[in-house]
Amino acid sequence: MTMLQGLSILLLCQSAGEAAARLLHLPLPGPVLGMLGLAAALAWPRLRAPVGSAADALLAHLSLLFVPVGVGVMTHMALISQYGARMLLALVLSTWVGLAVTALVLRALLPRPPGAPTPPGTPALPA
Amino acid sequence: MQDFVQLWVYLSATPLFGLTATLGLYVAAQAVYQRLDHAPWANPVLWTVLALAVLLTATGTPYPTYFSGAQFIHFLLGPAVVALAWPLWQRRAQLRQRGWALLAAATAGGLAAAGSAVAIGGALGLPVDVLRSLAPKSVTAPVAMGIAEQLGGIPALAAALAVLTGLVGAISGKYLFNALGITSPAVRGFALGTASHGIGAARAMQVNPDAGAYAGLALGLQVVLASLLMPLVGAWLLR
Repeated sequence: MTMLQGLSILLLCQSAGEAAARLLHLPLPGPVLGMLGLAAALAWPRLRAPVGSAADALLAHLSLLFVPVGVGVMTHMALISQYGARMLLALVLSTWVGLAVTALVLRALLPRPPGAPTPPGTPALPA
Repeated sequence: MQDFVQLWVYLSATPLFGLTATLGLYVAAQAVYQRLDHAPWANPVLWTVLALAVLLTATGTPYPTYFSGAQFIHFLLGPAVVALAWPLWQRRAQLRQRGWALLAAATAGGLAAAGSAVAIGGALGLPVDVLRSLAPKSVTAPVAMGIAEQLGGIPALAAALAVLTGLVGAISGKYLFNALGITSPAVRGFALGTASHGIGAARAMQVNPDAGAYAGLALGLQVVLASLLMPLVGAWLLR
C-alpha cells in the first residue's frame, strides 16, 4: 500500500511537471520538473516513507527500463550499417572522455577524498 | 500443429508477448549476471537486448508489435526520473557540503562527453542529424530523446545511442578507473552516473552502495544540467 501511494505521488509529480512544461513553455522535460518539485516537496515528512519505498523499487530495476529502447536499435539498421563503426567509435571514445573528465575533476576538487587516501598498488574497489 | 501456429499468431500480436519476453529474458539475464559475480561483460541489459533482437528476428515479429507490450516497461522511465528526487534528497547534506565540486565535475564531464562526441563524430564525417542525436547520449534515454528533438536530431536514434553509451560505461568503466588510479567509490559512482546515466548508475548501485548513491545523484544532476545547457550549447555547436 505504501508503495502504491508512493507510485501515485511520483505520477502526480510527473503530471504536474508535464503540465508546467507545456503551459509555461519551459525548456525542461516534464519528468525533470516533476523531480525538482518532488525534491522540494520531500521537506514534508509524510511523503518520505511512501516516496522512498516506490523510488527504491523503481531505481533498483532501473536498467530493465532501458531494454525496450535498446531493442529499438534494430529499427535503425539502415543508419547503423552505413555509419555503425564511426558512430560506435565516437560513442566509445566520448564516453571514456566523459568518465575520465568527471572523475579527475571531482577528485581534484574534493578536499579529502571520501575514502581515505589509498597508496598506489592497493587492490581497487569494483565499480 | 495447426492449433499451435494459430495460438502463436494470436499471442505474438498481443501486448502479452512483448511484456513477457522482456521481463522473462531480463530475469534470466539478471540471474546469470549474479551467478557470474557481476562481471562487467555479463551486463543484463546488453544480453536481454541481444536475446530479444534474435527472438524478434527469428519469429519475424516487427518492432512496433513488440513495443505494444514493452511500452508498459518503457513508460516507467518517466516516474523513474521523478524518483531520482529520493537519492538527491537523501544525500542533501553531502550536496550542500560538496555542492560546488559536484556541480563543477558534472558540468565539466557532461560538456566533455557531449563535446567530444560531436567533435569525433564530425571529424569522422557523420551527418549532422546523427551528430544532433549523438550529443545528448550521456543523458538518460527519455530525456535524451527530448533534447535530440529540440536540437533537430532523431529522437529514437538518440535513445538507442544513449542506451549504448550506458552499456559502454557500465562495461568498461571499471578498467578505465583502474587505469587512471581512481579508487574512491564515490568518485567512480559519480563519474558513471554523469557519463553513462541510468545503466552506469545501475551498475554502480550493484557493486557498492556509496558508489550507487553518488551515481544516482550524478544522474539526477546531469538530467537537469543537460536539459538546461544542451539546447543552448548544442544549438551553438551544431549551427
